[in-house]
Formats: sequence, C-alpha cells, structure tokens
Amino acid sequence: MSLTVRDLRVVFHTGRGLVWAVDGVDLDVGPGEVVGLVGESGSGKSVTLRAIARLLHSHADTTGQVRWRGQELLTLSEPAMEQIRGGQIGMVFQEPMAALNPVLSIGLQIDEVLVAHTDLDAKARRRRALELLDQVGIAAGAARLGQFAHEFSGGMRQRAMIAIALAANPQLLLADEPTTALDVTIQDQILRLLLRLKDELGMALLLVTHDLGVVAETCDRVAVMYAGRICETGTVRDVFRKPHHAYTQALLRAMPSENTGEDFDEHARLVPIPGMAPRLDAPSPGCAFTPRCTVTEPRCGVERPVLLVEGDRTSACYARDRL
Amino acid sequence: MFVLARLLPGDPVSAMLGDRATDATVDRLTAQLGLDQSIPVQLLQFLGGAVQGRFGDSIAYHIPVTQLIADRLPATLTLTGLSMVIALVLAVPLAFVAALQADRWPDLIIRGVFQVGLSTPIFYVGLLLLTVFAAWLGLFPVGGYGDTVLEHLWHLFLPALTLAFSFAAVLMRSLRGAILSVLNAEFVDFARAKGIRQRLILFRHVLRNALIATVSLIGLNVGSLLGGAVITESVFAVPGVGRLMVDSIFARDYPVIQALTLALAVLVSLAFLLTDIVQMALDPRVGR
Repeated sequence: MSLTVRDLRVVFHTGRGLVWAVDGVDLDVGPGEVVGLVGESGSGKSVTLRAIARLLHSHADTTGQVRWRGQELLTLSEPAMEQIRGGQIGMVFQEPMAALNPVLSIGLQIDEVLVAHTDLDAKARRRRALELLDQVGIAAGAARLGQFAHEFSGGMRQRAMIAIALAANPQLLLADEPTTALDVTIQDQILRLLLRLKDELGMALLLVTHDLGVVAETCDRVAVMYAGRICETGTVRDVFRKPHHAYTQALLRAMPSENTGEDFDEHARLVPIPGMAPRLDAPSPGCAFTPRCTVTEPRCGVERPVLLVEGDRTSACYARDRL
Repeated sequence: MFVLARLLPGDPVSAMLGDRATDATVDRLTAQLGLDQSIPVQLLQFLGGAVQGRFGDSIAYHIPVTQLIADRLPATLTLTGLSMVIALVLAVPLAFVAALQADRWPDLIIRGVFQVGLSTPIFYVGLLLLTVFAAWLGLFPVGGYGDTVLEHLWHLFLPALTLAFSFAAVLMRSLRGAILSVLNAEFVDFARAKGIRQRLILFRHVLRNALIATVSLIGLNVGSLLGGAVITESVFAVPGVGRLMVDSIFARDYPVIQALTLALAVLVSLAFLLTDIVQMALDPRVGR
C-alpha cells in the first residue's frame, strides 16, 4: 500500500463544544489504484481527505496514523510536509472558483507549484505549464496562462485546477468532490480526464464523492462512510452487488440503477433513506445508522459493531448476513 | 460654502478695520471688495472668475489667492502623504500579527493600543508627542516647516505621526478583519495543498486580496486626513492650508475660503480616482 490510514480521528473544537467529525477511519490506497470514499454531506469524507494532507486548521485535533510510503505524515515537520503536499500528493478541490485565487493569473498559480517542487528555470517552467494545460485539454495555452479564474468557464476552471495539482507529477491525487460543482456533461468529461491522466502518469487516486454513480464509473475499490466512520470497504463490484452494511444497501436502493452499470433490476423503485444525518456532537455508543436503519436489532444502538475483515472486504454491521 | 461663509456673523471689513472705523471708510472698503452686491450676484462673479482660473486676492494677505494656496499646499500634501505612509507601515504588519494571533494576547494588545489611539483626540496625541519627543527628548523640532526637503520631512514627522495614529487604527482594524476572512478562503487551503511556503501564501495570496477590500477605505479617509491636518497644523505650527483655512475663516477672508474649499474638494476627488486606479491594478476583476 502506498497510503495507509489507521484509526484516524478528527475532533473539532467549536463554540458549542466538541464535534467528532472523523471517528476512527481505516483506509488503504495502493499504487495506481482508484479508491472512492462515499458518504452523504457531513459524513466526514472531506475532513478525512484534508486530515490526510494536514490541511485542517488549528481548531481541529487530528490523531491516528497516516503512513505515506513508509513515512508517518501526522508527525512530520511542516517544511517536510510542504514538500509532500503538491509534490508527491496533489489535491483537487470541489469548487474551482473558490479554490483558485481570483487575483493571480492561472500561469502564476501553476508556476508556484513548479517553483516549490522542481529545479526548472523560468523558461522550462513555462514550457511545462503549457504542456500541463495541453494535457488537461485547455486549448490556446499561451493565451490562457495570463488569464484569471473569472475568465474561465466552470469546466475549464476545474481543468486548470487539475493542471495545478498535477504540475509536480504526484503519485497520489486526493480529489475532493471534483465534479460536484459541474453540470452533468462536464462532470463526465472531467472524470474521463482524471482516469486518463491517472493511467498516463501512473498515480493513485482517492476520490471523495457523494455520488455512487461516479464511484461505479471510475473506482476500483470503495469505502462507504457514515457519521465519521467507515461502514464497509471492498471492490466496487462486490459492494454494489452485495452490500455488507445496512447503510450501503439503503444508499444503493436510493440510487437510480442505470448509473451502476451492474446487473441491477431496472424497474426497482427508489427507496429514500428515512430520517436525517446524525449529529456529530454527541456520538452514539452503538452504530450511528441505527435510528434510520430498517434491519436493526437490539444491540445495534448500544454496542458498536467492529470492522470485520473478510478477504479484501471489511464491514461493520450486525445485519451483514441478513442483507 | 459660499453662502455659509457670508451668513456667519461678522464680515471681513470690520475684521480689518476694527471697531473705531467711520461708516464712510467701511462703505468704501465694502464696495471695493464687491461685498455691497447681493449674495447671488457675488456668487455669479465668483463662479465667472473661477472658470477662468481667477480667484481674486486675499482680503487679509493682499496677494493672489492662487499664489497663497500654492505656497501653503506642499506642506499639507507632504504632511498627509507622510502620515499615510506611516499609517501603512504601522498598520500592515500589525494587522498581520493581530490576524494570525487572533484573540491571543498579541492581538489583544495591538487592538487595545489602537483602540486607545482611535478614541484619543488628535490635538491631545499631538501635544503628548510634542511634549515627549520635542520638548523633553529634543529629537524633533517643536514646530515649523524648515527649508530643505529633508528638513521638511524631519519637521513634519511628529505631526504626521499624530495624524497617522487614528488612521492607522482604522486601517489596522479593517485589514485585520479582511485578512481573517481571506485566511478562511478556500483558495488559501488550496495554496497550502500546493505545498508552497507559508510566507508566500501570506504575502502573495492573502495580503493582496485583503488589500483590495481595504484600499477603498484608504481613499475614503483622505478627506478626514485633510480635516485632521487642520488641527495638527495648528498644534505644530505648520504653515499648511489647514491653518490657512482656520485663519481665513476667522478673518472672514471669503476669497481664500472659497478657493481653498474648491481645492480640497478637487484633492479628495483625485484621491478617489487614485484609489480606483490602484484597485484596478490589484484586482483583475475590476474594469478592463
């Protein structure tokens, strides 16, 4: 494994008390692998991603282990972490309009990555920037370098952000809902682009999304997250075909089936998940999904099911065999 | 302004001649100055002259108003310019420290000191600085303007510092708030995700965006800076237009009051224009 996350916990200190946003996450990403981290809003998937890259602000306490190619990232010095961020581990955010600096040219925003992580001179950096724009499908790169984010369309902005993230040839790309802010046709283009670049550059991809359709289309393996915990992990094929966690099953039933591309019953009705996402300021002693679960049993609410390993799958659900 | 000056009780003639002048003398001087006309007629005469660049002679100094103002303006411009530089030099680094240490003791101390500065009257700050640095320590002259450029700057340092204090306070508060909100922006996180140096993030990504929000404030404050110059120039005996304005109002020197008001209005408009130009240079989304 190139990235190994063990028992990752993030506690936010807010004005109204503590919030357990990430509550013991285990995650593995192998070289060249595409892993999807799925969950609904507030499940802690984005926080997990930012905790891995150590981007959380000072009001967040992060504990656990994040091992990247044999190095423990959580205890690394800040300068050493700066070398890894943007160098070996690239990152793409959800909202390119918010993530790109509005007053700096796209060229400069690419250039500063190259300055930080390569020894190229100004001429070579410019050549590399043009090559990157070409790689992500932005035409007329020379003119685009001097432009600003507001002069780009939504899809082009996301392409520019991917170019920035890939500038220093990272071996792992952390993508935080990279297609959520885009309309559907552009979403598809960006996903294809990410997969193509992953193959060309031989990097691994950790993709955070709330969209199971995106997972089905792009990922090798998937980890399902709920209330700051991992419900289950496995290959996309296995998990979609026979979920081992009641929450995953409920999610799949709430999704139109043609998106999965698997042998799903096309005429099945969509079943919404009742209730609301749980509060994270008062974690329950048992499984957090219990109040919304349709296959619950008495011990679910009081005793937390442990993550069971079974071949290349893991799951934490008492009802696993009844699903 | 034109009418207001004339509505003030008292007139330049009695101010010049004193209480014991004969009625005939008063009438002759009044006619000579054109003050026997009705106010609307005087206004038309003034406007007619103004469009041709003629503002008449000062009643008190007996020299052309334009020359009088041209003599006094450099001191005031140097004073406001210098105080602006001092305010920026004080406010920018301290705003950074305050924002990065938000709600910890460095922030509290900086905000506390500036709050005191903001609520202390300008003339009091002026007298305090004058007493300590000029009278006791003798580091700076007590007043005046000097003859060479270096002497000008030396003479104007204390008055400029006085003037800068409250401006720096306003600037620091606004910039601190702007920096805090920019620090929470997504593009700062993205810049960190790129692995570029902390210092580069602060100066290239944060400061530039924070300044855009603050530049308009600088322009808006030029007016109050010029207003503050009136008081500071009096305290430090600087021969600038602020003091000229006060003297002219006391002497009911109508031509000077009118021309000076116009000149200050033009100056403030120029400051606004300059602000817009700077803003355009800083923010690619504006104009073009």
